[in-house]
This record gives sequence, structure tokens and C-alpha cells, in this order.
Amino acid sequence: MHLETDVLVVGAGGAGMYAALAAAAEGARVLLLDKNMVGRGGATVMAQMTVAAALGEQEPDRWEDHLADTVRAGRELCDEGLAEVVCRGAPERIREMDAWGVGWAREGGHIRQVVAPGHGRARCCYVDFLDTGPAVAGTLRKRVSRASGVRLLSNLQVVDLVVADGAVRGALALSVGDGALVEIAAPSVVIATGGLTKLYARTSASNNMSGEGYALALRAGAELVDMEFVQFFPIGHLAPRLVGMDPIMWDPFRYKLGGRLLNGAREEFIDRYGGEDRGRYTATRDLATYAICQEVERGRGSPSGGAWLSFEHVPEADLRAAFGPVVDRLLANGIDLTRQAVEVAPIAHYHMGGIRVDRRMRSAVEGLLAAGEAVGGASGANRLSGNAVSEALVFGEIAGREAARHALGASRGWDGAVARRAREALAPPTTSADGASAVALLRELRDLLWRDVGPFRTAEGLARALARIREMRVRDLHDVSVPDDRAFALELAEWHELRAALEVAEAVTVAALARRESRGAHQRYDFPEPLPEFRFNQAVRMCAGAIAADRASEVGA
Amino acid sequence: MTRVVATLRIARGRSGEPRRYDVFEVPFVHGQSVLDGLIWIREHRDPSLAFRYACINANVCKECVMRIDGANAYACTERLKVGETTVEPLEGKALIRDLVCNTITPRERLDARRPSECP
Repeated sequence: MHLETDVLVVGAGGAGMYAALAAAAEGARVLLLDKNMVGRGGATVMAQMTVAAALGEQEPDRWEDHLADTVRAGRELCDEGLAEVVCRGAPERIREMDAWGVGWAREGGHIRQVVAPGHGRARCCYVDFLDTGPAVAGTLRKRVSRASGVRLLSNLQVVDLVVADGAVRGALALSVGDGALVEIAAPSVVIATGGLTKLYARTSASNNMSGEGYALALRAGAELVDMEFVQFFPIGHLAPRLVGMDPIMWDPFRYKLGGRLLNGAREEFIDRYGGEDRGRYTATRDLATYAICQEVERGRGSPSGGAWLSFEHVPEADLRAAFGPVVDRLLANGIDLTRQAVEVAPIAHYHMGGIRVDRRMRSAVEGLLAAGEAVGGASGANRLSGNAVSEALVFGEIAGREAARHALGASRGWDGAVARRAREALAPPTTSADGASAVALLRELRDLLWRDVGPFRTAEGLARALARIREMRVRDLHDVSVPDDRAFALELAEWHELRAALEVAEAVTVAALARRESRGAHQRYDFPEPLPEFRFNQAVRMCAGAIAADRASEVGA
Repeated sequence: MTRVVATLRIARGRSGEPRRYDVFEVPFVHGQSVLDGLIWIREHRDPSLAFRYACINANVCKECVMRIDGANAYACTERLKVGETTVEPLEGKALIRDLVCNTITPRERLDARRPSECP
């Protein structure tokens, strides 16, 4: 099958849906794809936390102050041009979402904004109760479903981009429902596939993000940047087991109610690592992750290997006022917060790294743009709380608009010969039968990255991971047995997912190995301090199939 | 120490084929969901078992709706239990394979009968 469009948007979370709306508003025909269901997958719908924007509703605020906090959190590595785009653009997008009926929590006639860790102002808005992400995703889904000029397709997984003479011409996609390979001609492609959190055994995000967009861009000849910086959210839920809830839910509990973070001996400990707790929620994510891991390492962890988070001192009436029905959902999970603490531990949450773009979201490959978490650079070595949904909307709007303008002026069209070669080069295995399954290899990769490329890293562990990742990439991937089953081609989809995941895992690992210091989310036991000589960004490129990290050229150079 | 297991009896087969049931024993861990058990089967026993999910245990994507012991339920919020649980595809939706039905809204399906051009 062959489809044609002006703008192809890959991934239908917050950034992708926004990009589709913005491209259609410019008069372009848009195809918006998701490998799962449009508006239901990705990271946005899982965001139970806050959205940062200098609205000045709660107290006076300026985007310049938001930018200063963002840059400070990024540990000297933010692409300040991109960070400025996010902070300047966020208020307009957040007010627009308000006008579209997202339902930001209000008090006294204004949008309520709270202080989240790392912010110097009450700047973060949200939707009650624990509904920020679903409300944002639902609002966008409703609008994009009604937008003229946008065609939505679910269960279509882009597996390769088609590039000729340095310009993107479209993509090849697997139709998961019937196993067919579909050609999509498009002079502009926006990668909005989110991050790579599925590559880690413990993850907070939707389980459908394996870094595919990074791999597509890398293969197409674009650069990735800051790939060593994976954000681990410090207080992801660990125990007792919860179902039907996002493991990241304790963040809103902390900014509303404080709560106390305690070690296995029920002592406060953040102050031992330069932070402060005392029932307030102020420690930044990298510091809190470090502190919890250190306590566990020293034998002072909670029984399941994390820390205790306690709201036992908070009166039940306050709990109910702040979280209403959520308190009952917790009770249904056997958790009574007035009587027991829960266990929390770091969990893969977000990727600071991503596709290297300019302020107009354009990669080095003509016609190839990125939006949302797929973009690298804006957050440097550590993302500030609340900036993820802001960047999804702001980057999505710019990428969609730029993609439409490029497509409507593009002179180069589909290249059938190049597409045919791309199809032939794909040639996934069919029934070689004796190898491990893609899903088993993905499981192994996730355990491997958690252990050796996780919150704490060493040269030895990284080298061990790199050797195994390369072995899987050059050998095991090609020994996977994939049945020729056309009815819901899950195993073929997983083979493509594994292929991308291995490339991205290698990109993260080579960058982490080369950064012989600790900074932000990248912590090395063998190089525990930040070093001035590493105050630069690393770019990752793919050349003849080999993936290498190198010092990035200066932004704007 | 005896190993505690949960037994999942799962409907298998494609549209138009006679339905068969495969029985799997999965390790029982208190608090785990039926989805956890299904994922464990794919990773450790049978990667060809087909079902839908995108988020995991957060109940936001709503893809994992199926019949569990005869009632429609989300696999991500239904707890595993010791003993046997029967898992089947939804009724009243076109079956594709195993536990996967065509639950994609019609206008978001790629269908050869539709014009290939965008609107």
C-alpha cells in the first residue's frame, strides 16, 4: 500500500497531536500515526504531575525566571536557545489548553499554580485528581479528531525513514493489524515518538516507548545529543504492589501534602546529601535519586530496596481534601496512608537526550523535524519538573508549523527506487526458528540497562553492557524467529522495536562511557564529581552502521 | 518450599478457526495483575500469545480490555489469583487473533477500501 501526505507525524502523544493540529492550520495535509492508539499511548497520557509555565496567576512570574531555573537544573549543559523556546512559549500554550477546556485546577478565580522542586516560583499547574496527562491528551485527541486535513491511523508503526540526497522523502511503516508494509510519501516528517523509558526494567512511562524515533533519526543521518542523560524519577512506587495507578503518583502527593522521605531506620536522610526534607518537597530529582541509592547501597534501605515515603502524620481529612477518590483507589490496593508508609525507589522517567534540532525543530536532515521528548538538548543533564508537557506542546506547535511550510514549498518528491532499496534492506528474518524471541531479548536488554547503564554507572559495567548490546545487535537480532503471521503481527512489530532499542541502547552506552565525570542524571561511581573539562555536549552519529559519540559542535556554529 | 502458581486458561486462535484453550502456570506474586501474568507468558513461555497493551498497570491506555472469568475487565487492574483464571477475547468485536479484537475505531484503521489520499 502507498499513502501520500504533506506532513507525516510519527507518534500521537501530546507533541505529535499538537504538531498535527499546527501543520493542518497551515493548510497542509497531515497523516498522524501511532503504533498503538492515537492519543492513548506515549508519555503525555501518563503524566500525573504538573505543567510548568510562567503564567503569573499564583504570584508574579516571568518566563526569564522560568528559564533561569531550567538552565540551573540542567547542570551547565542546556541548549539555552531551546530552553528559551520552551519557557517563552509555554504560557501561550497553557492558556490555549485552558480555552480548549482542559480544566486546569483553579482557586479564587485563577489557575492554581504550585511550587515543584527546582522552581523559584509557584509556577506549576495541574488537573485534579491526578488527571493532568489524561486531560491534556483527551483535549488534544478531541481537537485533532475534528481537525480538517488530518487523517489519524492507529496500529501503524514506522520502521524506517526513506531518505535520498540528504532529504527525507517519507517512511516505511508496518501495519500491525495485518502485517503489511506500507509506503508513506511525505516531504516533511515530524518525529514525536517520545523517549526510551521502556529500555529500563523499572519504568514509569507508557510501555510503548523504546526510543524508536531516535533510531529512525540516527539511521536517516541526523545527530542525537545528550544521550547519556536518562532521568530517573527518585520516588517511583516500589511496594506494596499497586495496579491501575501510575507509579509516579507520589509526586503530586508530595507537592500538595509534603510527606516525609525516610530510610530503612525511619530517619530523614536527604540532608546528608546536601538537600533538605523536613516534610517539604524541595530536593531536585538527581540529588534525591543519588541520596536514595546511597542509603540502599549502605544497607539503610527499606525492605524492598528503596526508601519509605510517609504521610502517616497527615490528617485523613487533609488527604481526602487533596486527593478525594484517589484515597479510595489506594484503599482498594490495600494501602491506608494514615496507617502505613509506602516504599519508593528511582524509576526511569524521561530522556533528556534526543534528536538534535535547531530552534525551528529542524534536524540536520532536510524535511526531518522532531517534537516533544524526542528532541534533545533543552534540559541538559537534568530536566526541571513540569517542563515535559510544556515542551510537548511548544515544540509540537513549532514543528508542525515548520513541517507544513517546508512541505508546501518542497520540490523533491517520492523516490521509488530509494524506497525499494529501503524495503529490501529491511528484510527481517522469518522462520529461522532457533533464536530467542524478540520479547525475550527485550527483557534481557531492559534488565541489562537497569543494572549497568542505570542511575549509577562504572566503566566496567558500561563496557560489559556495550559488549552485550553489540552482540545482540549484530548477531542475536538476526537469529530471532519471527513467524509469518499476518493476523496481528505482534512479533514482527517487536522485532522492529528490538532493532531500534538496541541501536538506542548503544547510543546511550557509548555516550555514558565517554563521559568520565558525574553530572546531573549521569552518575559514575568511578568519577563521582562534575569536571570542568566535561562541560560540553556529546553528539551521537551512525556511520555505516557503527554508532559513535563525539564532542558536539557548539550550538549555532 | 512449594512454588505458588496462578493458572491462566487462555483462548487461542485466529478469526475463523476453532477456538482452543492453552493452559499456562505463571509464578504467583501477591498483588500482580492478569496483565503481568500475560506478559510473563510471552517473555518466558510463548511469544506468539497475542494481546494488546500500551501503558502498563496504570489503566490509562484502556487497550487491555478482555473477558476474564466471563466478565469484561482490564487485564491491568484485575489481580492474578491462585487457582485457574479463564481469559478470552471480547465478545461482539471482530476477533483478529488470541485475545486481540479489532477495537480500533473504524476511522483510524488502515483499510484498502478507503482512498489512500489524505483528506
